Amino acid sequence: MGEILRYDHVDVSYNGLCMVHDVSFAVQAGEILGIAGESGSGKSTLLRAAMGLLGRDGMVTRGDIWYGGRSLPDLSSGEMRRISGSEIGMIFQLAGSSFCAIRTVGVQLFEMMQAHGMEDRKLFEEQARELFARFGFPDPQRILDSYPFQLSGGMQQRVGVAAAMLLRPKILLADEPTSALDVTVQKQVIEEMLLVREMFGTAILLVTHNMGVIRAMADKLLVMRDGRMVEYGEAGEVLEHPQAPYTKQLLAAVPRLRR
Amino acid sequence: MAPVLQVEHLKKIFFSDAGEELTAVNDVSFAVHAGEKVAIIGESGSGKTTVARLVTRLSDVTEGRIVLMGKDITRASGRKLRGAYANMQMVFQSPAESFDPRCTLGDGIAECLRNFGRSRKEAEQETLRLLRVCGLAADFAGRYPHEASGGQCQRAAIARAIALKPKLLILDEATSALDVTVQAEILALLTQLQREFSLAYLFICHDIALVQDFCDRVLVMHEGRVVEEGASEEVIRRPKQAYTKRLIDSVL
Ligand SMILES: Nc1ncnc2c1ncn2[C@@H]1O[C@H](COP(=O)(O)OP(=O)(O)OP(=O)(O)O)[C@@H](O)[C@H]1O
Ligand SMILES: Nc1ncnc2c1ncn2[C@@H]1O[C@H](COP(=O)(O)OP(=O)(O)OP(=O)(O)O)[C@@H](O)[C@H]1O
Ligand SMILES: [Mg+2]
Ligand SMILES: [Mg+2]
Repeated sequence: MGEILRYDHVDVSYNGLCMVHDVSFAVQAGEILGIAGESGSGKSTLLRAAMGLLGRDGMVTRGDIWYGGRSLPDLSSGEMRRISGSEIGMIFQLAGSSFCAIRTVGVQLFEMMQAHGMEDRKLFEEQARELFARFGFPDPQRILDSYPFQLSGGMQQRVGVAAAMLLRPKILLADEPTSALDVTVQKQVIEEMLLVREMFGTAILLVTHNMGVIRAMADKLLVMRDGRMVEYGEAGEVLEHPQAPYTKQLLAAVPRLRR
Repeated sequence: MAPVLQVEHLKKIFFSDAGEELTAVNDVSFAVHAGEKVAIIGESGSGKTTVARLVTRLSDVTEGRIVLMGKDITRASGRKLRGAYANMQMVFQSPAESFDPRCTLGDGIAECLRNFGRSRKEAEQETLRLLRVCGLAADFAGRYPHEASGGQCQRAAIARAIALKPKLLILDEATSALDVTVQAEILALLTQLQREFSLAYLFICHDIALVQDFCDRVLVMHEGRVVEEGASEEVIRRPKQAYTKRLIDSVL
């Protein structure tokens, strides 16, 4: 156990314009940190910064992101390749864009596993089918044989989550992992993510607009607005007794089901 | 009055490389009237997006009929289809699909206006106004899709879809990347357009509480079929089918 990831006064800029200001928090092994907040406030940017995926225009301009004594923004691309996927996994906000359009899901996932040392295709397919079945796919083999465009939005999203889990990373950076799922399937995916945390002590950074998902999963909650942290604390505490005016406004606007 | 959209016995079969059939949409019929807000909810993979793509003619029907504003558009193409798009617009599930990555968001919206006869100057001004009502500052007109966040891209797509003041707007998970306060602003905007122009909505959405707030009527899809249909309040508070019950019980 112990601390696994630390953001230390992080600023991120795109084209020299600072979009994320002075963000600090730490995540323990096995901890789930929910990140919610305004659209455009820098949530995806925070996750991408850890993976060195800010693109040509973006960079961490101040502060540091520490992972096991290493500064992630300072890693060479070779070092980053070695740990990305197997130690730090990412689930992208646009699930579809994380796949190549012209090869099947099964081929792509096996390549990913091969890059991290798995040789046995049959064993891989067995594992993948078993995992897919737990994500609410009645016919897992069809998913392996499909091209990404042949899958619905929510199916692509589930494949993205499953792909990140296959490598059993120590940290999972999950950007809106359930936004395209109906509520019954969402429940299954949440259960799987909680199970992975339970079994392997995976820490999860969970970006979501869905306060129900935060309530069901998060230990801590960070609320962002305009590139800044407006609130950070125990999730239950923040949800029950929000302090910042923006958090109060956000929680008050959540549509509630009248049963 | 005739409905804005009427679809009858829609069916879509996809074939895999191996030649296997997959019936994504099976005997779906419904109508949407002027000013009406109709939701489609249901299981991931149940055929919601496919219905939207059939109605907007992005995909050919296997069987069935699509009538928009009294005109049969089931096989429409070319000029006739262009005419249909003046009445019907769609916001896609993935914002990336909505915009060409090589064009700025502003060009994407202005081009749409210019295609339907606005001058360059008018189109530019209108683009800025549309972005503003969707909560985006003027500088987003000059940004490329990858330079905007997921929710900002979604709002730009909504701005473009309402640009031509269509009669029917199809929104496929179009607010799923928005935080709840921005989402409430967008829905208020859509409600205002509905009141002013009798704009009708086909609203595909997983957030059932939102559907209860926003929509008049709900279709519930499961495995390619509409399994339940009725007034939102009725279906959500008193679901009849086992699948609908399970769905509503799973709301967090
Ligand atoms: N490549 C880029 N160039 C310029 N600005 C960018 C770029 N990428 C993101 N931004 C800006 O940085 C800010 C933060 O974006 P980010 O994608 O992190 O937001 P977010 O909190 O994930 O929003 P959402 O909830 O809408 O996905 C936004 O205002 C966005 O417009
Ligand atoms: N181009 C295609 N080729 C083959 N199969 C397809 C294609 N598009 C969709 N399908 C299949 O059709 C079914 C319905 O997909 P659709 O995208 O309509 O679902 P959906 O209800 O929108 O789901 P979600 O809520 O996950 O977006 C799925 O089983 C999907 O795999
Ligand atoms: Mg984002
Ligand atoms: Mg869909």
